[in-house]
Amino acid sequence: MMKKIFILLLSIFFSGSSIAADTNTELLKVDWSFKGVTGKFDRSSLQRGYQVYKEVCASCHSMRLLSYRNLGEKGGPEFSITEVKDIASSFEVTDGPDSQGEMFTRPGRPSDRFVSVYPNVEAATAANGGAYPPDMSVLVKSRKGGADYIYSVLMGYDEPPANLELDDGVYYNKYMDGNKIKMAKPLMEGIITYSDGTNATEDQMAKDVTAFLTWAAEPHLEARHKMGFKVIIFLIILTLLVYFSMKRIWSRIDTEV
Amino acid sequence: MSEHTYTPSSKFGKWFNDRLPLLTLGAHLSEYPTPKNLNYWWTFGGILTFCLVTQIVTGLVLAMHYVAHVDMAFDSIEHIMRDVNYGWLLRYIHSNGASMFFLAVYIHIFRALFYGSYKSPREVIWIIGMLIYILMMATAFMGYVLPWGQMSFWGATVITNLFSAIPFVGESITNWLWGGYSVDNPTLTRFFSLHYLFPFIILGLVILHIWALHVPGNNNPIGIDIKKPSKDTVPFHPYITIKDLFALLIFLIIFSGFIFFSPNILGHPDNYIEANPLVTPTHIVPEWYLLPFYAILRSVPDKLGGVILLFASIFILLALPWLDRSKVRSAVFRPIYKQFFWILIIDVLVLGYMGAMPAEGIYLLIARVGTIYYFLHFLVILPLLSSVEKTDPIPASISDPVLIR
Amino acid sequence: MDKGEKKTNRRDFLFTASYTVGAVGIGATIWPFIDQMNPDSSVKALATTEVDISQIEPGKSITVLWRGKPVFIKRRTEAEISEAQSVNLNELPHPEKDQDRVKKTEWLVMLGVCTHLGCVPLADKGEYNGWFCPCHGSHYDTSGRIRKGPAPVNMEIPKYEFVDNNTIKIG
Repeated sequence: MMKKIFILLLSIFFSGSSIAADTNTELLKVDWSFKGVTGKFDRSSLQRGYQVYKEVCASCHSMRLLSYRNLGEKGGPEFSITEVKDIASSFEVTDGPDSQGEMFTRPGRPSDRFVSVYPNVEAATAANGGAYPPDMSVLVKSRKGGADYIYSVLMGYDEPPANLELDDGVYYNKYMDGNKIKMAKPLMEGIITYSDGTNATEDQMAKDVTAFLTWAAEPHLEARHKMGFKVIIFLIILTLLVYFSMKRIWSRIDTEV
Repeated sequence: MSEHTYTPSSKFGKWFNDRLPLLTLGAHLSEYPTPKNLNYWWTFGGILTFCLVTQIVTGLVLAMHYVAHVDMAFDSIEHIMRDVNYGWLLRYIHSNGASMFFLAVYIHIFRALFYGSYKSPREVIWIIGMLIYILMMATAFMGYVLPWGQMSFWGATVITNLFSAIPFVGESITNWLWGGYSVDNPTLTRFFSLHYLFPFIILGLVILHIWALHVPGNNNPIGIDIKKPSKDTVPFHPYITIKDLFALLIFLIIFSGFIFFSPNILGHPDNYIEANPLVTPTHIVPEWYLLPFYAILRSVPDKLGGVILLFASIFILLALPWLDRSKVRSAVFRPIYKQFFWILIIDVLVLGYMGAMPAEGIYLLIARVGTIYYFLHFLVILPLLSSVEKTDPIPASISDPVLIR
Repeated sequence: MDKGEKKTNRRDFLFTASYTVGAVGIGATIWPFIDQMNPDSSVKALATTEVDISQIEPGKSITVLWRGKPVFIKRRTEAEISEAQSVNLNELPHPEKDQDRVKKTEWLVMLGVCTHLGCVPLADKGEYNGWFCPCHGSHYDTSGRIRKGPAPVNMEIPKYEFVDNNTIKIG
């Protein structure tokens, strides 16, 4: 009895602390392929997502914790080695100093970090009307609601309600905190042409780029799920063995365990 | 330990044991007579030892990759998560391990509260345990600062500012803690150093905790004194070791569930944003295991008062063996105490919940009632119960159903 | 008697299985703790370096960092080349033909680490016009071969290739 009450209380406590999140509007829910115990990323979606990032988001948002080599690593978009090299070399990387003490630019290599448009946070803030476009490396993990939240914000642009005054350069978004966002609606149907021929609808682009950002924030998600599955099955087998061993040992005396 | 007459069988063993009686210690630990009626609530001591070792070992290897500098700490954590071989696994074990450690320690503490394990002759075990708990909180708090995310920074700011409430010397103390005029690089490096040190002090205290336990022996669900060794006891090995192992494995399955399938659910998303001294997150909350104390802190409208109450709520536990003077240990035979035990659990959970809520309106009111009740429980209810409660008759021995008194 | 034996066997099997599975688990748990000390993926990604050699005059050398170690890239003069090629292999502690140590005779690319205990030898020093290690007095010739002193073998040639006439890719 005592156990039951305790477990009940614990579960109330844990569910309680997640409810504790101040819920604004109910986020849009997507049945992501990476959700769940055996969740995996959809490679082609990640590859398209990278294209959306590169052609749309990257003009303001940096991803300074990622390297081009990551794009070819297992569990990610898995571009081929040549594709990764091509992607990397399409960027100009500042390197140096050379033997004369000068900085110089060269084509990027897979080992280079993603090149940012702005040299630092202050420059990015100044160029975007005083609002820093956050670095996207761990963006999904740094927002309550994670992937669903990012997707919801991308899809949440709407006409402001009549009673809402918006300053210049401020936009209405159903899912943003305070419903005000300084980023103009980034995704418009046909704004890019997918290289794999997929129809670039707003919803498709939002899903692809969100999947890509989720991978970027948690690049070892697939390895984690796979290992977790094995570990838990292993633990259950060992637990059963130990349970029966325990029964056997305690059967030497009259007490029940 | 002194009555041991263990003689090693091998000649070398005897030679060695005469010089350093490790084998005698081993034999003592293995034969240690343990009440045979211990239930699963008693397996958390072993689980906690496992947690401590896990935290030390994973922490040790994480420290090989972590950089304690405000410009690099956040990136070095991400380096561990992205590049280091199995780095993500080691970090998730360590970060979730802290939560599991506290989950286990709370169960362990409430088990002691229910079965009266803090009462004579086990007061010293209880006090050492409380010191371990206080050090655990300090260690966990400093560890949470190391990733240098927004919650790290602002958590550190808020907690260290508690000391500024001390009259006259408050500011000097906070500046001394920070090594500057705000939480900054000197703070981070000293927290890292202490976060590395404290677990080893905890380890030392754990050894004392177990030593102190082995003098009177375990309490048990009935709470009566038992003769040892006797029909009421079993040797620690293999009976208790296998039972502890079984419980540990169940615990590990839950632990693995967190590590592999929702490693960030117990953390706060804001900590994946690098620390920014210019912007405070809208809603600062400590890790879940500190929430009840946080609620107590915020329930007092006065700065100094809140800090005093916060520390009082922890240190009052040290005096528990002298607040509850009832001769009967186990709540099984204390019908009224049993009720109050459950009310206390609910009170602490409610306080925890209020700690996660904004400190305003109804939440603040409930937190205040909860805080008052918390102190009422220890300062009024327990001493009063000691004299007025009519306890049930208790059995003479574990295997003997005859009741006495 | 028979029955008792059977029981023992079953018990032994259960315990043996528990021990075995437990040991496998511990073994598998230890591996991440060991592997985390191996070179990580960011280190491995830097395993190749491209070097521009168009600015190096004959007789001069540059030192570049590769995997945290110095690599000497020397553009050898005709005299140095013929000196390196004309050595009687029998005189060498570690006989290697100069041709086997270079891809283009003009360019010597080698790991600038003394094979004795890992110091960096000084260029254009020593009794053989090559390199001299100041730590314990090892003399290397113009092909980087050990001639005198405690070092056991010649300086190591890393994996490298000429991407074009002006660029070497090391690694």
